[in-house]
Amino acid sequence: MSVVQIKDVTKRFGETTAVEGIDLEIEPGEFVSLIGPSGCGKSTLLRIIGDLIQPTSGTATVNGKPARQARIDRDYGIVFQDAVLYDWRTVSKNIALPLELARWDRRRRVDKVKEMLELVELSGFENHYPWQLSGGMQQRVSIARALSFDPALLLMDEPFGALDEMTRERLNMELLQIWEASSSTVVFVTHSIAEAVFLSTRVVVMSPRPGRISNVISIDLPQPRTATTREEPHFFELVTAVREALHLGHDLERAPV
Amino acid sequence: MSTTPAAVQPVPRGGLGRLVGRRVVDWLPAVVVLVGVIGLWEVLIRALDVQAFLLPKPSEIARTLWDNRHELWTAGWFTFQEALGGFLLGSGLAIIVALVLARWRLLGAALLPFAIAANAIPIIAFAPITNTWFSPLNKSSKIVIAAILCFFPVLVNTLRGLTSVNPRALELMHSYAAGQAEIFRRVRIPTALPFIFTGLKVATVLAMIGAVVGEYFGGALNALGVLILTRARVFQFDEAWAGIVVACLMGLALYIAVAALERLTLRWVPSTSE
Amino acid sequence: MRRGVGRVVLFVLVLAVLWGLWEGYRWLWMREAWTWPFVVDETSMPHLHSIFQALWSSARPGGVGPRLITILFHSALFTAKEAAVGFALGAVLGFCLGALLAHFRILARGFLPWVVASQTVPILVVAPMVVVWLNPKLPGRFQDWGAVAVIAAFLTFFPVTINTIRGLHAADRRALELMRSYAAGNWRILWKLRFPAALPYIFAALKVSATASVVGAIIGELPSSIQDGLGGQIINYSQYYTTQPTGLWATNVIAAALGITFFLIILVAEKLVVRRAPENVA
Repeated sequence: MSVVQIKDVTKRFGETTAVEGIDLEIEPGEFVSLIGPSGCGKSTLLRIIGDLIQPTSGTATVNGKPARQARIDRDYGIVFQDAVLYDWRTVSKNIALPLELARWDRRRRVDKVKEMLELVELSGFENHYPWQLSGGMQQRVSIARALSFDPALLLMDEPFGALDEMTRERLNMELLQIWEASSSTVVFVTHSIAEAVFLSTRVVVMSPRPGRISNVISIDLPQPRTATTREEPHFFELVTAVREALHLGHDLERAPV
Repeated sequence: MSTTPAAVQPVPRGGLGRLVGRRVVDWLPAVVVLVGVIGLWEVLIRALDVQAFLLPKPSEIARTLWDNRHELWTAGWFTFQEALGGFLLGSGLAIIVALVLARWRLLGAALLPFAIAANAIPIIAFAPITNTWFSPLNKSSKIVIAAILCFFPVLVNTLRGLTSVNPRALELMHSYAAGQAEIFRRVRIPTALPFIFTGLKVATVLAMIGAVVGEYFGGALNALGVLILTRARVFQFDEAWAGIVVACLMGLALYIAVAALERLTLRWVPSTSE
Repeated sequence: MRRGVGRVVLFVLVLAVLWGLWEGYRWLWMREAWTWPFVVDETSMPHLHSIFQALWSSARPGGVGPRLITILFHSALFTAKEAAVGFALGAVLGFCLGALLAHFRILARGFLPWVVASQTVPILVVAPMVVVWLNPKLPGRFQDWGAVAVIAAFLTFFPVTINTIRGLHAADRRALELMRSYAAGNWRILWKLRFPAALPYIFAALKVSATASVVGAIIGELPSSIQDGLGGQIINYSQYYTTQPTGLWATNVIAAALGITFFLIILVAEKLVVRRAPENVA
């Protein structure tokens, strides 16, 4: 059974069409990146999967249920570009927030938070407030929060977009380790071609106005990915393939068809 | 009507609130200024011999303050109770109304301009009316006028705080399928707290003004406002000024109490916890 | 266009609801003869329409002489003059003080706590002494009412000072670095960058100050035996409240209108001067 199943989804905001006729299936354990220029509707698509906005037409299914039911069952965790930590909560209380909402008892919460802090390598920062952390650390807290309740699906909206290149590459590695350890499915929105290729099992290329899927490229780089993956010739071939797919989508938009 | 509420003035970082609970060294410039001003005042009055009956020497005020301490304390406490009652009543109601208006956004959006306009009304002019609602000797009339004065700044600030939540934080709560009650408890109210305290600090000053002005239109003989005015009328200016000092201290005490509570509550804000 | 109509409808609707609440409360409390929190009767809560009726009828019981609204209008103009001068004085002084404190941190640390503390001074009880002391010193044109303007200025300056400091510190750091890269001096930076950046903050304060200046003028008149303004009328009608309650209510309606007018003037000025995306200026 697919984790995510999107059938003929169209979303309009008033006059503008954000995405149109989207069909997409994501299998368990996949790491799928959505890539495309601004305005191609990749964030909109992610929010439709999360039932944070509702499609104008078409259906979105998560774990075989309507997206709304999946949200209510807390089937997914989400990470935004900015960490969106609650300033008034310490690191551990931020991670524990979804657990509190799910009415976990205190002992289970404490254990889980400890486990999550180890996973994102932030042990020792339990009682820090968000403003005391660097941007990269904040984003790691936000990832820990999204994973804390073991969701089958992780939605990430340009999570590393605001970070510097070095931090970004390190967090890419950490994310892959977490992904392998937790065996969850990831939908990942990004602007960066290299990031998409490095992380994903599949890259979905989108074109703008209206947002459509213009190409889907399988990334057959060997698992697990390592620091040297970025230096392999095949990595560059795939980067080139994605780049060309992006430009093709762009040209299609310009040239009258 | 503007959508940028003209609420009331938050005291910026570096204001009095920041000094609460600080090290002695941080107080030093303020203490130097105080001593300097008082010293200069004393010297100028001695040297120029200006109308000493209007503005007595600080040393004289201090002596009067000490000599009449029992009477002044009783009067001050009486007025302080009025101000405190009005502050609690007005601010409490304002926070409740703001919660209701924030829960039903359309209602809130429709009523906000009216709250802002009401904030521009010189409410102090209603003091003689509340005095006739209750017996002038009664504390209630002053409590009501102080409460009305406190109401609007707290309402406007709280409402702004409750509605200025980061949209991503709300999306996150939706992704957890959290209900409205949870969203208020865990996101909106914590976000609004700094705004609420801004409104409350303004309200402390207004509550004291409300109580004193209410007393001007008739109040119990042992009320501070009445005491100051009767002494000033018979040209006992040193006693009037001693009363004014007590009023300032009471207002300051209320302000500092709220600022201290803010510091305790908002431990997560960098400026209050560094 | 449709939004405009909607706003008018909403405005009328809210006024109607407020009117209904007032009359409904009055009716219920009188019928049930409830005495808590206070006794409701013709004196404590007159009909709203009789308050407006009083505005349009003659001020004196006999029915001769000018209408109450005419008299109150002239009082309001007098108070407006005091408030406007006090506002201008307070705004300028408040800005200068704010600029000074923003520039010299040591001064801010010394003076800012006392600027805040100054607001706890019960200005009403200080007012008579200010009037007695200041009035004889003022030049002819300002005699009698100049001291009241000073009292209004005392309530006006505070919000302006506080927000000027905030605003002058609010300039974007990168914009500051850009100015430095042009080798701009401190004065140029102040006028070309810091001041424009502070404008939204200053206007937020001016809106509060506009009301505060009206409050200050009324409070200043109260103990100063100045009969020509709204404060004088309030004292006057509060003495006749038991026989003619509508007079005091009508005076308060005019005072409210004056406060809102001052606020709206600044609001319009802000719209004209600050032509930028509305910012969330706390």
